[in-house]
Amino acid sequence: MDLHALTLANAQKLLARGKISSVELTAAFLDRIQAHDDRIKSFITVDKPGALAQAQKADELIAKGLQAPFTGIPIALKDLLCTQGVKTTCASKILDNFIPRYDATVVAKLKAEQAVLIGKTNLDEFAMGSSTENSSFRVTRNPWNLDHVPGGSSGGSAAAVAAQFCCGALGTDTGGSIRQPASHCGVVGLKPTYGRVSRFGLVSYASSLDQIGPITRDVADAAMMMNLICGNDPKDSTSARVDVPDFTLALQQFESQSLRGMKAGIPKEYLDVEGIDPDVLALFERAKKVLEGLGVEIVEISLPHTEYVVAAYYIIAPCEASSNLARFDGVRYGFRDHSSQDIIEMYKKTKSKGFGPEVQRRIIIGTYALSAGYYDAYYGRASQVRTLIMEDFTKAFDQCDLILSPVAPTPAFKIGENTGDPLTMYLSDIFTLSANMAGVPGISVPAGVSSLGLPVGIQMMAKRFDEMSLLRAGFGFERALDLKTRFPVLS
Amino acid sequence: MKISKEEIEKIAHLARLDIDETQKETLSGQLSHILGYIDKLTDVDVEGVIPSSGAAFLTNVLREDQFSGSPGPDVTLANAPERDQDFYAVPRVV
Repeated sequence: MDLHALTLANAQKLLARGKISSVELTAAFLDRIQAHDDRIKSFITVDKPGALAQAQKADELIAKGLQAPFTGIPIALKDLLCTQGVKTTCASKILDNFIPRYDATVVAKLKAEQAVLIGKTNLDEFAMGSSTENSSFRVTRNPWNLDHVPGGSSGGSAAAVAAQFCCGALGTDTGGSIRQPASHCGVVGLKPTYGRVSRFGLVSYASSLDQIGPITRDVADAAMMMNLICGNDPKDSTSARVDVPDFTLALQQFESQSLRGMKAGIPKEYLDVEGIDPDVLALFERAKKVLEGLGVEIVEISLPHTEYVVAAYYIIAPCEASSNLARFDGVRYGFRDHSSQDIIEMYKKTKSKGFGPEVQRRIIIGTYALSAGYYDAYYGRASQVRTLIMEDFTKAFDQCDLILSPVAPTPAFKIGENTGDPLTMYLSDIFTLSANMAGVPGISVPAGVSSLGLPVGIQMMAKRFDEMSLLRAGFGFERALDLKTRFPVLS
Repeated sequence: MKISKEEIEKIAHLARLDIDETQKETLSGQLSHILGYIDKLTDVDVEGVIPSSGAAFLTNVLREDQFSGSPGPDVTLANAPERDQDFYAVPRVV
């Protein structure tokens, strides 16, 4: 049995039955990472001794009959999540030696079940990017084709799951950073409703948009992770006080009739977007047919403010980022430029040497848009447009239960293809940004591969707190589509 | 929407970033291009629309004012680039 091929759910079952040990499972992943990750470059930090020690403890707990769902399961974490005692870099030079003194809440939840935290994955610096090319350390490769990007900003996590370096991973999503790399790497990615998952210990990029979510091999595994990570946290004042349903149980009760009568709306403005790859369109059409085969009714809906989403996001996110990243000033942690004579010089030299070009660009955009005389025209107006985008979604969900769309206009592009013009990169986020702006949940589920062999996903969005519909529809779709090639072969 | 080199310098100072001459040229061009695109927001009728303050829809999340212990200076200052007893040491401020 290839241990690395086990889904989260199957690993849990085999551990429960004593058929495998966590140490064996962890060692299998570590060996595979050792053999292949020098080419894929999905990890920034692999914690071999820590992981094996955690696996050992997990095996002891299982032997005593104290197994929880995540006991002994190797999980990778995007390097934007604080892990006590383990380097957390945010893929930035400004934090390349930073070791947090506390765990993020989601990390604490994994540790409480004695999960195995195998390592920290690569990302675009401070989550700013859509390709993982903005990492200050290395560019992660798409495991399906090493000349192509894995997507971003959670490119490392998506690549690690696709390459079967772990049972599952956590990523973060501010404008599509879980869903788009999941789509580009042929795996499942879910961005929960804003407030579903605690952001305590997540290094903030844009506080009103950020969410942590699962990147997994299949929808059932995503449901398992949602059961664990969702819930109110007193340490995060933006976390919702809403009950968390048992997502796993709901999928276990799924039947082929379960989606009958569900309505899936396709926003007409999305199909008018310029430059959608023909393969993406073809696979989207096929996905529609698969859903219709399950009894889902496809309807046309309108999201009238779609053409303003990119503009509104690329004001709001940089503005919030310019405030959030002010803390990286060399005073209390991280890199400090020691050659400065006074504090202002220290701030400037530290930030200019520590932050990469995209981060500096977004800080400048944000600072400009928030400066005196410009605040109302930019941030104020973008916030009003955001209200209109939210209203678009509220009205749309009167017509349908799910909103269906492609995840990205094209499959994963070649490394270096889009780095010339920042705006071109920003425009490719058109399908994913709205979910963050409106605070609604969204899932990306594999829908096939392009004519060049690159994965393409479809996206479903649902009302706030209705991740259940996403997981049920995703699960039904996945089963009905039954893709033959699920993971790339690593040479 | 052309952003001049002088504006870049002013914004860079506000953001506490050092931008060299070549970068100023590039940034000025890129920012003008991006903000030119952003200008399409002026086409939207926002009359009477309340600006959204995020996606949480919560009000006044409070907790009891209870002291729950502190990690202490050794933990808190563990990552200090420069430490002087229980203080962060920094270059001159005034």
